[in-house]
Amino acid sequence: MSTATGSVTHDAGPAEVYCARVLVEDADLVARLRTGDQAAFATIVRGWSPAMLRVARAHVRTDATAEEIVQEAWMGVLRALPGFEGRAMLRTWVFRILVNVARRRGRLEARTYVELEGPTVDPDRFRGEDDPYPGHWRDDAAPTAWEPESALLAAEFRGVLGRALAQLPERQRAVVELRDVHGLEPTEVCELLELTLGNQRVLLHRGRARLREALAEAMP
Amino acid sequence: MTPRDIACNELVELLTEFLEGTLPPDEVVAIEEHLRGCDGCRTYLDQLRTTIELLGSATVDTLSEQAYEELLAAFGRDAGPDPQP
Repeated sequence: MSTATGSVTHDAGPAEVYCARVLVEDADLVARLRTGDQAAFATIVRGWSPAMLRVARAHVRTDATAEEIVQEAWMGVLRALPGFEGRAMLRTWVFRILVNVARRRGRLEARTYVELEGPTVDPDRFRGEDDPYPGHWRDDAAPTAWEPESALLAAEFRGVLGRALAQLPERQRAVVELRDVHGLEPTEVCELLELTLGNQRVLLHRGRARLREALAEAMP
Repeated sequence: MTPRDIACNELVELLTEFLEGTLPPDEVVAIEEHLRGCDGCRTYLDQLRTTIELLGSATVDTLSEQAYEELLAAFGRDAGPDPQP
């Protein structure tokens, strides 16, 4: 097989990784890649692929196609690397190649609106219009404090968070992961997903609110 | 000037903008004023912050091990002037 893309089949779902923030590249990374330093390549492939997978998945309908897109993008990076002039950051350049592949293989669906509407907290938790304090928390429905954060780091809550993340609508998931898991800047997320800053913020807020709710539901 | 009155159900929808620092200054003052007097909203904001912090170490999907190995093998073949001098 001459390339890593196209003919690959996987029986299992996507692998999972305990993901650190998308790494900041050091100055000699490009030089190391050009001299064939495989460890340097492994570092960026492992570090950046989870975020790339999310961007790809926002363009296409299946995890398998998203994975093919990411592989194809990396192959494109390998081919183009000798001509990389270093005007952009390497990561920006790699993600641009990814988005080009993703756009060729699919398109961002115009379904964002369904992910943008409605309140993020159940309206029944607030007092009605006839109450002296309309819109304020009802006494029996106000949020109650959680366990100390150390308890929240337990595997149980990590699992809850991971499952809730996977159940978010695709664009919310992409924005939350790119911003809060991988630490990308809002403008970068907007470019990758073709969002306005305003919609990016709404998707982020809705996703975060849903995840907070999932953690609250899992509290003893 | 007295900050405007914000109800809890409106405030909870403004918290990401509040945390991002994208609200006009008078809205920030109104939210801070509300938070001072409202246990429920303070708790909600704390929990939102905790959620964001937990996300920083969340487990997310990545490529299969097979895909990684194929990419590394391709790098060994294609990249560098002479990978095995």
